Amino acid sequence: MSKGTKVPGYMQGKGSRNPRGIIGDREIRYKCSLQNTILDVLRGRPGWQEVPGQNNIQPNVNQANPKQAGQQSTGQQQANTGKSGSGSTTQGTTSGYKGSVRNPQGPGTQSAVPTRLQGDGDWDFYWCDREWLAQNYDTMFLYEHQKILHFRNHYELTRKNLMVKNLKRLKKQTERELGKAEGQSFEFFPTTYELPSEYHIFVEEFKKNPGIIWIMKPAARAQGRGIFLFRRLKDITDWKKGEYQPLSDPNREVPETYVVQRYIENPYLIGGRKFDVRVYVLVVSYNPLKVWLYRSGFARFSNTRFSLDSIEDTYVHLTNVAIQKNAPDYDPDKGCKWSTQQLRKYLSAKHGVEAVKKAFKGIDNIIIKSLQSVQKIIINDKHCFEMYGYDVLFDSDLKPWLIEINASPSLTASGKEDYDLKFGLLNDLLNVLDLENRLTGKEKRVGGWDLLWEDGPILADDGNMECAPNGTTASIPNSFLGCHNERKRQLRELYTAAQSIKKS
Amino acid sequence: MGDSNYSKAYIQALIDELKTSKIYTDLQCAAQVDLAKPTLRLSELKKGVLNGLVNSGWDRKLRNAIYRFLQTNPKLQAPTPPPEHLKEPLVYLRKAQQSWEKRILKSLNSMCTELNIPLARKRPEKDQKEWAQKWTELGIDGPDLSQIRPVYAPKDFLEVIIGLQNPNYHGSDTPGFYHLWGIVQVPLKVKDIDELRLQYSDMSINQCQSGIDDAQDIPSELFEQERVKLGKKVISANHGPLAQEFSKKGCPTSMRATLWCQILAIEVDEIDILYYEQLKTNVLQHELLVDSLLYKDVKLTATNDDQYFVFEDFLYQVLLPFSRDTHVLKHFDYNSASPPKSYIRGRLGMEEFAVNYPPNGVIPFHGFAMYVAPMCFLFKETITLYYVFREMYIRYFFRLHSISSHPQGIVGLSLLFESLLQTHEPDLFFHLKSVGCHPLKVAFKWLVRAFSGYLSSDQVLLLWDRILAYNSMEILAGRFGGFNNITSHSIDPVKSLLQMKAPCFVHGAQRTKRPGAGSSQREAFCQ
Repeated sequence: MSKGTKVPGYMQGKGSRNPRGIIGDREIRYKCSLQNTILDVLRGRPGWQEVPGQNNIQPNVNQANPKQAGQQSTGQQQANTGKSGSGSTTQGTTSGYKGSVRNPQGPGTQSAVPTRLQGDGDWDFYWCDREWLAQNYDTMFLYEHQKILHFRNHYELTRKNLMVKNLKRLKKQTERELGKAEGQSFEFFPTTYELPSEYHIFVEEFKKNPGIIWIMKPAARAQGRGIFLFRRLKDITDWKKGEYQPLSDPNREVPETYVVQRYIENPYLIGGRKFDVRVYVLVVSYNPLKVWLYRSGFARFSNTRFSLDSIEDTYVHLTNVAIQKNAPDYDPDKGCKWSTQQLRKYLSAKHGVEAVKKAFKGIDNIIIKSLQSVQKIIINDKHCFEMYGYDVLFDSDLKPWLIEINASPSLTASGKEDYDLKFGLLNDLLNVLDLENRLTGKEKRVGGWDLLWEDGPILADDGNMECAPNGTTASIPNSFLGCHNERKRQLRELYTAAQSIKKS
Repeated sequence: MGDSNYSKAYIQALIDELKTSKIYTDLQCAAQVDLAKPTLRLSELKKGVLNGLVNSGWDRKLRNAIYRFLQTNPKLQAPTPPPEHLKEPLVYLRKAQQSWEKRILKSLNSMCTELNIPLARKRPEKDQKEWAQKWTELGIDGPDLSQIRPVYAPKDFLEVIIGLQNPNYHGSDTPGFYHLWGIVQVPLKVKDIDELRLQYSDMSINQCQSGIDDAQDIPSELFEQERVKLGKKVISANHGPLAQEFSKKGCPTSMRATLWCQILAIEVDEIDILYYEQLKTNVLQHELLVDSLLYKDVKLTATNDDQYFVFEDFLYQVLLPFSRDTHVLKHFDYNSASPPKSYIRGRLGMEEFAVNYPPNGVIPFHGFAMYVAPMCFLFKETITLYYVFREMYIRYFFRLHSISSHPQGIVGLSLLFESLLQTHEPDLFFHLKSVGCHPLKVAFKWLVRAFSGYLSSDQVLLLWDRILAYNSMEILAGRFGGFNNITSHSIDPVKSLLQMKAPCFVHGAQRTKRPGAGSSQREAFCQ
């Protein structure tokens, strides 16, 4: 598949033909801040090389075709010089910032570029953590071809309070512009308030609906930490007094933001257990919005049986793997997971294909609406991409509800099957980003990823399925969550096709 | 029913059966309703009532009931065969089954004495209440099972089957001409590939199958839509034989539950619900040693299975009442096995104090729960699940763990498997035999469990579709030996299974591969 990247020099001729061929002739250098599946994937990719530690000077590997690399980058650099600020004027500065040490050079010094590259900033692909990005983004300068995980202000979607705020805003705007009926399509998140800022509105709402159960979540914490359920206002006043305040950060002066949410009391149960579905979504651009959806994922089952009698029992109610692990009879071998394929099969056996299609279409809607709600807010950057993990819950009418969105979904595998899933997921993610430049850029499917949205919905068929009679299939969206995922075969066909297109 | 194929006694038996069943009274009621209609003319009384019954759908129901009887009751050969012939005509197999049962019982009894637990005891009032409360979540804290071990596993059973000998077949000890190649040494007539090909002609490669030709990447217009349309028609007809014929090409996932119910003539009504509740009460009142065996089995198999762990509670809700269900005893009329007897304390050996133990006469073995597990994907209500499982068991599954000469019994299936492999993959068979890895030793446990737990659940269900559709379990053995070249490949479990479960098996096969020389078949077989 990737002969080109294995053999430096082989791609030389081809590289000149590519508009993006900046790394066409050498290995792809990557950095990775995690130690789990993603690192395995990166290490396993032919032609990719890990950037060695911070103080190592990267040997000059770019000599094979310095001219081309220089040409490609200079214009870009000039344009960015002002933006990247004063930190980037002296050559060879080893500032504390990773990535910011890459120095722009004058237009006349093309051939000298590679030698001056500092090892630390010299990457093409960086799977960084959010903290690192937050610290460095503003002072960072990126070459055209460089790709980095996360957008600058990804928290707009992943912090629970901001997500709800954004969704509410887009909902209001939609209602204003297109009428109440359109606003209905936003009914996929339960009534939610931010605490402490919206405490009074919440109390009002609380008193309107006595007896219902509310769930309280810290806005910024992940993996189910700090979550509890309550039914009486007294519980929450206790909590306000500090009984529930986490002990972990006593120095914090500002009270932690929480969201309080109406608890979904009729979740869909399988075998008496509650579950949520993890859906992987890849955003490669916010403007225009370009979204990919991964076919596979999993349903996480709660370890114990669901009943509303014991709302103190957190284990039943939360399906986060992280929480489940603390349950007394947790069996790590079991994992309590089903693949999304398995879930889809189960649901279509019980409710028929149509009902399941409708339910999964609801998930597509959730994804698109939530991303649109932040489309104007997220600082778009063509270097950035983001893989979200959506947590979706079905209620007993098979209506999907958005629980939360994670910007760093867990990539640590809980077992062989899980490892295979995540390995394929990440590998295909790299295939979509296509740093090797092997694709045409017009693909609607790459491995297990299907292009769900590109400035508008993508349909499964435009022109390539001639046998479709009388246009019945014309409205099928290009979304195959929980469908058969024979990614390897698809990739083989894809690359063969792309190669022949490029040749001709 | 005036067909001369059926003897008078058989028809009499059918009529007797019908008279005692619920449909008889139902029909009577329906007829009375029709009678009371003002439009009915006295002169055309009979015709009018008959028409009325046909119009109200009772005619179909009666047909279904008769069909069910025909399927479950073997046609009598001789006018009145002795009952033990109905169970098993061959004396030596009958004896072998009896001694096998004795072994099971001995093992069960010794476990009882060793652990000092009674076979059955009444639950204290408090426990009963507690059980009633946690009925839908029995998996949370089950009894202490550390001491309990399964009574037997398929492996033990295979040893017994290997040991079977026909005393009339050959007297000499020297392995001579008549010695069979395989490890099963019972000479039974099994079908050859041509007969199977005819029987399963609907599955030949040129016929589209549900579960293959409706895969996601094949446009649904080609096959799936038509199939679903036809399926809807079949379902609305509510006629067993029709559903059966339809299922020969596999059931569409969302219709499977209904189709199966129609084939098995199961319509859960109030009486059935009441009956199940009664069984449940029995479970709550008494505790049996068998419960622990079932518990242990579920924990060992289904709970550890990625696909089935979710259904743990369902399994208890089906298996525990099943062990109390005396309706199951009926199948011992045609099962070579006999229900074990237990005696009330102190009255050992006195026939009038004998009771069947467990009440349904079936002692579970390691993997028993897997007969139920795939069906959990089909039925949401435990009660329907229960009745479908019960019917499947008394029609088919019991044959997979009792010794008999029936062509669908486990002995026959093992033999069929071996003979197909010998005839169509002789190199492979010989090689495996010579390296000491006998194919049946690998495949036997798959056969005993009807592949449940060894194939993914959707594959198992597609396979079981065929069991129901052809009313035969020969497909289980046929799935291996050379048979796959007449059927489509995607529901062909052999390749993947051999790869997964028996690396040496596949490895061996590859070593025997000679270039050229008709190895294509074998490649298909072991890739």
